[in-house]
Amino acid sequence: MLKHDVLIIGAGLAGMRAAVAAKDLGADVALVSKVHPVRSHSNAAQGGINAALGHRGDKWEDHAYDTIKGSDYIADQDAVEIMAKEAGSEVISMEHMGVIFNRDDQGKLGTRAFGGQRKARTFFVADFTGQALLHVLYEQIVKSDVLVYEEWFVLSLIVQDGECSGAVMIDMKSGKIEVCIAKTVILATGGLGRVFEPSTNALICTGDGMALAYRAGVPMMDMEMVQYHPTTLKNNGALMSESARGEGAYLRNIDGERFMAKEGNAPKMMELASRDVVSRSEQKEINEGRGVDGCVLLDCTHLGEKLINEKLPQIRDLAKDFANVDMAKEPVPVRPGMHYQMGGIKTDVNGLTTLPNLYAAGECACVSVHGGNRLGANSLLDTLVFGRRAGEHAAEVSKNRSNPKISSTDVLKKHEEDIEKLLSNNDKNGFVFGSIRKEMGTLMNQYLAVFRDETGMQTALEKLSELKLKYKNIIVPDKGRVFNTALIFTLELGFMLDCAETIAISALERKESRGAHARTDMPDRDDKNWLKHVLVYKENDDAYRVDYLPVVITQWKPEERKY
Amino acid sequence: MKVEYKVKRYNPESDVALESFDTYVVELDQAATVLDGLIKIREEVDNTLTLRCSCRSAICGSCAMRINGQAMLACNTKVSDFEENGNIKLLVEPPGNMPVIKDLVVDFVPFWSKVKSVDPWLKSSHPPKYMEEHIASNESMLHLSGVMGCIMCGACVSDCTVLEVDKSFLGPAALAKAYRFVSDPRDDSTKFRLKALEKPSGMWDCTRCMQCVEVCPKGVDPMGRIMKLRDFAIQDGYKNTYGAKHTAVFTDSVKNTGWLNEFQLPLRTFGIFNVFKLLGLLPILLDALVSRKVPPVFHHKLPSVSSIQRIFKKVDLQITKRE
Ligand SMILES: Cc1cc2nc3c(=O)[nH]c(=O)nc-3n(C[C@H](O)[C@H](O)[C@H](O)COP(=O)(O)OP(=O)(O)OC[C@H]3O[C@@H](n4cnc5c(N)ncnc54)[C@H](O)[C@@H]3O)c2cc1C
Ligand code: FES
Repeated sequence: MLKHDVLIIGAGLAGMRAAVAAKDLGADVALVSKVHPVRSHSNAAQGGINAALGHRGDKWEDHAYDTIKGSDYIADQDAVEIMAKEAGSEVISMEHMGVIFNRDDQGKLGTRAFGGQRKARTFFVADFTGQALLHVLYEQIVKSDVLVYEEWFVLSLIVQDGECSGAVMIDMKSGKIEVCIAKTVILATGGLGRVFEPSTNALICTGDGMALAYRAGVPMMDMEMVQYHPTTLKNNGALMSESARGEGAYLRNIDGERFMAKEGNAPKMMELASRDVVSRSEQKEINEGRGVDGCVLLDCTHLGEKLINEKLPQIRDLAKDFANVDMAKEPVPVRPGMHYQMGGIKTDVNGLTTLPNLYAAGECACVSVHGGNRLGANSLLDTLVFGRRAGEHAAEVSKNRSNPKISSTDVLKKHEEDIEKLLSNNDKNGFVFGSIRKEMGTLMNQYLAVFRDETGMQTALEKLSELKLKYKNIIVPDKGRVFNTALIFTLELGFMLDCAETIAISALERKESRGAHARTDMPDRDDKNWLKHVLVYKENDDAYRVDYLPVVITQWKPEERKY
Repeated sequence: MKVEYKVKRYNPESDVALESFDTYVVELDQAATVLDGLIKIREEVDNTLTLRCSCRSAICGSCAMRINGQAMLACNTKVSDFEENGNIKLLVEPPGNMPVIKDLVVDFVPFWSKVKSVDPWLKSSHPPKYMEEHIASNESMLHLSGVMGCIMCGACVSDCTVLEVDKSFLGPAALAKAYRFVSDPRDDSTKFRLKALEKPSGMWDCTRCMQCVEVCPKGVDPMGRIMKLRDFAIQDGYKNTYGAKHTAVFTDSVKNTGWLNEFQLPLRTFGIFNVFKLLGLLPILLDALVSRKVPPVFHHKLPSVSSIQRIFKKVDLQITKRE
C-alpha cells in the first residue's frame, strides 16, 4: 500500500503547479500520470498565457471584464477576479523558474494580441508556450524531488465515510494494481477532447478525472459548453494557433472576402472576436456555400516570412506536414474543430469539490472562470493559478488530517477482480474499444458541435445509451499484464462514455443559446431563466440528476455581447 | 494506397519466440503519416500492437521509433516519403540504445536519469524582485528557444553511435539540455556546470558522427550544442582535460605544420608519462600495424603551411571582432 499527504492525479501544468506549491509547504506530495509528465497535453498549447500587469498600464479589471464578456456572463465573477488578480505574479514566477518568454526591445517580457481582448496581454514563447511552461515545471519537479508515478493509470477514487481518501491505480509497466492512501487528492487530468472525433486534443485527453469524480458522486458543471476552435486543419484536426490571427492573419471565404466584417459577425474586432463568435461565422459561411471544400481560408501571406519564422514556426510546420501548404505563400484551409471543455468538475476557488478532501484543477475542473466560452490563453493561466491554489489548500488541509483508515485488501481485491473479469471476456459477439470510440466521436461531432438543436441532441443521448450497453460487453483482445494499452484504452472509453453523456444531458437541459451552446431552435440568450449553471450528478449505474446553481456576479452586469 | 508495415514485436510475457516481426498491409490516404497507419492497425487489425503516441503533432515526444533503419517521429513522417516504384514498405522497430519493454515501447528510465544528472533547472542566485522579470535580450531568448524546442523524444539517443558502445555516455539529449542552461544569460552556475560536464562520459566523449543532428525531428542540433559546450569550457579555462588538450594539440599541429601529427596527438594529449593511458592504446597501434596504417613517426611540415596559417589568422580575426 502506498501512502502520501497529497496525491495529485495528472502531471500537466495544473498538476505540476499544484505539486510545487504543496511541496513548498512541506507536504509529502506524489504525482501520478498515465504518461511521463512532459508528454502531457499542456505541451500542445501554442499561443500563450494572459496577464494584465498593473505596472505596465494594463488593469486586472479589464482582463476580468474581457473574460466575463467572453464567457457570455456565466463565469463566476469572484473566481474570475482571483484569476485576473493573480495572473501577473504567476506569469512572472514562471519566468523566474526559467521560462524563456519572448522579450521586447528593453529586454522585458513581450506580449501579443489574442482574441476577445481589447489589449495585447498574452505572454508567449514563440508558438510553443505550453511546451516551454511544461518543461520548466518538470524541471522544478526534478529540482524539488517530487515523487512521480510515471505511466501509472488511475482506476478509481477511494471514498469512505463521505470523504475522499486516496485512489486505486495500475502500474502500466508491470500491470500491478496498487492502493494509494492519501489525506487529500487533487484531480488534474486535463480535458476530454477525444470524446469528439476529430479534435485538436491529444489521444490521452479522455476525460478520466471528470468521470472519476462523477462516479464518486461529484457534480459536473456546465458540460454543455464545448469550445470549437475556429482554425483547425481538416485532415487531422490539428490546431492552427490563434496567435496567427493575433499576429494579423485574415479569415476569408471563397470570394476572398473577410467575412468577419459582416453585420452580425464581428465588424469591430473582426478575426479577433471571441472563439464561439468566429466559429459560428465560419460555419455559416461553410453551410451557405461560401466555403472552400468544407473550410474557410486562414490567410497569413501578408505577414512576411521573417515574422512567421520567428513567431509562428511550429504551425508553419504543421500546415506543411498535414495540409501540404506553406502558409507564408498560400492561405491554409481551416474549419471549426472541437478544442476545449469549459465545463468540468465543480470546484470552489480553492479547487475543493463537493466531496471533502477531493480537489480538481485545470481543464478537468470548472471553477468557473470560462463560463460559456473560454478566451484564448486563459486556460494556461487557469491551470497555474488554480493548480497552485489547490496545491496550497490541500497541503494545509493534510496537516490537520490523520491518515485515513482504509481496508486496502478489500479495495484491492475488488479492483483485481474487475480487471480480471474484463480481461477474461471472450464473447464472440463482444465489442472492442476502437469501433465504439469512433461511433461516439462521430455522433458527438455531428449533434453537439457549433450549432445544435433538440432533435439532434436527443438522438445523441439515445445513441450514447446504446453505446453504453455495447460497452457492457467489451472485450480486450490483449490478455497480458505488461503495458497492456488495449486495456487502458478500454478503461478510457468507459470514462469517455460517461463524459459524453453528461455533455448531452446538460446541452438538452439548457433551453437557450449562450456562449458555445448555440441552438438553432432557441437562438436567443435568456438571462431571465438561464443565467445559471447546469449541474449533473450521477445517482447510480444508469441514473442521473440535474440541478442548477446561480452565477456569482460581483461588479459586471450582463449586457448584450457584441464584438 | 496500400502500405506494408513490417513491425518488430516483443512480448515479455510470452514464453515462445521472444522477438519477431509481424507484417500488416493497410489502406491509407496520400497524406497519411506512419503513425496514422500504426493506429489503424492497433484499432482495426491487431489490438495487441503496443506503442506510445499522444499528440499526433510532433510536440509530446512519445512516438520516436526506427523507421526503415533511422530514428524519427512516426507522427510527422509521411508514408509517401518511402514510396519506391509505386510500393511503400516500412520496417518499424523500437528506438535503439534503450531496453525494450514491449513491441515499440522502450524504457526511458536511463534516459531521464541522465537528463536529471545535469541539474536541469535554472540557477539564478540573484533573482529579480517580486513582480519583476529578469532583463534579457530577445535574441538570447530566441537562441535558447532553438534548444528548448527539444521534446525529449529520444531519437538522438536511439541513433547515437557512442551510446552503442558506451552506455555511460551522457548522450546528446542530456548534453543539449545542459547547454540550454549554460547559454542562458540568467543562469549563474556556468562554471559549476562546465566542470561537471568535463568528467569522463561527458561532453568530450562525443565523436561528432552527426547522427543526432540528422535524426533530430525538431532541429535542436545536439552535436552543435556539445561543440559549443566544449568551446565554453576551453574559454572558461578548463584546459586540463584530455578533451581540451586533444583540441589544443590538434589545432597546434595543423597550425604549425599544415597537417595532423597523429603520432604525437595521443602522446601530448595524455602526457608522455601517463603510462597507463598510453598502454591502453597499444591494441590500436597493433591494429594499425597489421593494416599498415601506422602514421609516420617523423612528421614534416607541409610546404603550403603558410596558406593554412592565413586561414587561422582570418578565423582568429573574426573571433576577436565578434567579441
Ligand atoms: C492544440 C491546443 C492548443 C492550446 N493552446 C492554448 C493556448 O495557447 N493558451 C491556453 O491558455 N490554452 C491553450 N490550450 C488549452 C490548454 O493547453 C489546456 O487546457 C491545458 O494545458 C490543460 O492542462 P491540464 O494541466 O489541465 O491538463 P493536461 O496537461 O492535459 O494534463 C493532464 C494530465 O493528467 C494525466 N492523466 C489523465 N488521466 C489520467 C489517469 N486516469 N491516470 C493517471 N494520470 C492521468 C495525464 O497523464 C496528464 O499528465 C490549448 C489546447 C490545445 C489542445
Ligand atoms: S505523437 Fe506526440 S510526438 Fe508523435
